Amino acid sequence: MLQLLWTVPALPAAGFVVLALLNRRLSRRAAALIGAGFVGLSAVVAMLIAVSFIASPPPGHAYHQVLWTWFDTGGLRPQIAFYLDAMSVIFILVITVVGFLIHLYSTEFMERDEGFTRFFMYMNLFVASMLVLVLADNLLLLYLGWEGVGLCSYLLIAFWQKDVKNVYAGRKAFIITRVGDTALIVGLFLLFTQLHTLEIQPLMAGAAKNWATGSGVAVAAAALLLGGAVGKSAQLPLQTWLPDAMAGPTPVSALIHAATMVTAGVYLIARTNVLFTLAPDVRLAVAIIGTVTLLYACFSALAQHDIKRVLAYSTMSQIGYMFLALGVAGWSAAIFHFMTHAFFKALLFLAAGVVIEALGGEHDIFKMGGLRRKLPVAFWAFIIGAASLSALPLITDGFYSKDLIIETSLGAVDGNAWLWLGALAGSLLTSIYAFRLVFVVFFGDQQTPVTLRPRWRMQLPLVVLSVLSVVGGLVWLPGWMGGFHPLETFLDTALPVTQTVASSFAYTGVSALLTSLVAVVGVALATVWLVESRAALKDFAARPTPHALQEFWLHGWGFDWLYEHVFVIPVKWFARVSRNDLVEPAVSGIAWLNVQAWRALSASQNGLLRVYIGVAGVGLAIIVAFVVLR
Amino acid sequence: MAAVSLDHGLILAAILFVIGFVGLLTRRNLIVVLACIEIMLNAAGLAFVVAGARWGRADGQVMFLFVLAMAAAEVAVGLALAIRFRHSLGRLDVDDADEMKG
Repeated sequence: MLQLLWTVPALPAAGFVVLALLNRRLSRRAAALIGAGFVGLSAVVAMLIAVSFIASPPPGHAYHQVLWTWFDTGGLRPQIAFYLDAMSVIFILVITVVGFLIHLYSTEFMERDEGFTRFFMYMNLFVASMLVLVLADNLLLLYLGWEGVGLCSYLLIAFWQKDVKNVYAGRKAFIITRVGDTALIVGLFLLFTQLHTLEIQPLMAGAAKNWATGSGVAVAAAALLLGGAVGKSAQLPLQTWLPDAMAGPTPVSALIHAATMVTAGVYLIARTNVLFTLAPDVRLAVAIIGTVTLLYACFSALAQHDIKRVLAYSTMSQIGYMFLALGVAGWSAAIFHFMTHAFFKALLFLAAGVVIEALGGEHDIFKMGGLRRKLPVAFWAFIIGAASLSALPLITDGFYSKDLIIETSLGAVDGNAWLWLGALAGSLLTSIYAFRLVFVVFFGDQQTPVTLRPRWRMQLPLVVLSVLSVVGGLVWLPGWMGGFHPLETFLDTALPVTQTVASSFAYTGVSALLTSLVAVVGVALATVWLVESRAALKDFAARPTPHALQEFWLHGWGFDWLYEHVFVIPVKWFARVSRNDLVEPAVSGIAWLNVQAWRALSASQNGLLRVYIGVAGVGLAIIVAFVVLR
Repeated sequence: MAAVSLDHGLILAAILFVIGFVGLLTRRNLIVVLACIEIMLNAAGLAFVVAGARWGRADGQVMFLFVLAMAAAEVAVGLALAIRFRHSLGRLDVDDADEMKG
């Protein structure tokens, strides 16, 4: 069964090729069938592989499949080869299953859009690239998937390309993630020059053997990889592209946030955990970036009034939690949160998509309201998703993973109280903004009439993801709930065990109690502010200080403004003043010379046959004379 | 019958070739241009025959037959071209066909 591993990324790639070749000749029905079908097949194969992997683990708990040698030059000999271990099993399962549900949903969501085939073409390529990324056995192949994901995000964010705003958003995502990618590729160069291979397992073994903990080269390599991860996963300071990426169709946002793209950074750090273990300073930076980002994003989310931007900031903050977990060496906890987050974030986005479609493309939450009776499925899906996002205790999957991260942030050897407090505060804010969304969108008075109701292809993914969002966390229960943790046991075959202080305050149960408490308090606060005393809240928000603060958070703490003034405007200015420098005449001189030569040559083409013959005769005479008289 | 010397034959061929070539360069009537090409072809044929006679070989005359056949084909195509030319441009002036000028 494991031999079929190559088909997991190959099937969506095949879907892309078929759709690209037949593009305009396909009916919508056929395009939908091919687009969703290939990803669905890939999901089936991934599930079979997972079952066979768990039932009879391959030797060493890892399966290595070499397809062919990519190229062989100058000592660099990367192979097209896949590496499957417990971590990649989780990733391919989530990517293909959630990816398939999103594809199924899109077949109805995109029904009336132009470029239906093109949409599925990009989506399939997106899924294929992400699968290559998580299955690659060497960093170069991983980088191929990494860039493929970047390309597809650009194509899909700018999918509705007739509105120039969308195109700018796509370009922004591409350029900002490129900053991180540059760091990543430099990191790969560094690793290759130092250890002479890019194959991940030998590379990690080599790094562990040759580099001392905290040595300069290990720190540099880890920091460069972190740069790539920060860009792709939209963490501070490269986070500004993610809210604007909401310009794409809603299923694209779901795919970017849940299954592909933003979790690539988490994967990269977990995959190269040896390097990060060797560089404790960089790991501390990972934890701090994660904590700061999660708080930053929570505050920003509180002030947004575009439903998708709230969700975008919530993704940023949940990825922040994953980074926090990675930073304190809670590798498995991060993967667990990746999994639960994929379920509830896809659910939230797809439910939001139903609302947006039903109201004819309305994004502003204050123009929604009172939708709980009109759109019951979306309402319940959204409630479950929001509860999971806020980590409401026991009944949601988000609770188990977030609680684990919060406990680890204090109880791990590298954890500390500041990280723990930050994570708890983030959890409180998360439940406030999540339920703010629920109350504003689904309760109160109806503002916009419902014009469209979802049919089964949009409802089924919601139902499936709702179920997963409830039961998904039960694979890793905390110690005080009986300690049933098959996922941990499974991931321990691939990732190092987190070193914890067993006597820590984190494991007394008080931390879990606090986590539950802040989530409930957050929901209660949202209820009080938005249902009981909404008028008072409005009055408060109209005062100068809260209003200014809200504006500040609404614009993401002014990061766009800052980057505009620090980078964009100086670069534009420099481009303008260097327009007439010394190089310019030289370059345009070459162009001028070419134009003159073109003029002269085209003048000789006067169209008169007699002149041509004359010139040919003279040329012949010269050649004959030359040959005879030589 | 006095044999024509090689030199005389070749000089005559050269004179004929130059007459044809000059006609090609100076005349604008398409029919005359075709006739000039014909003269040049025959100049080349004459050179073959004279050279064949000089060495007593039949090759020169065989080549001349080829030249004749080719000239016939060329005239067929050329005259058809002239008719189309006249049809589309209304005259037979080769300088009218200068649409390809740069």
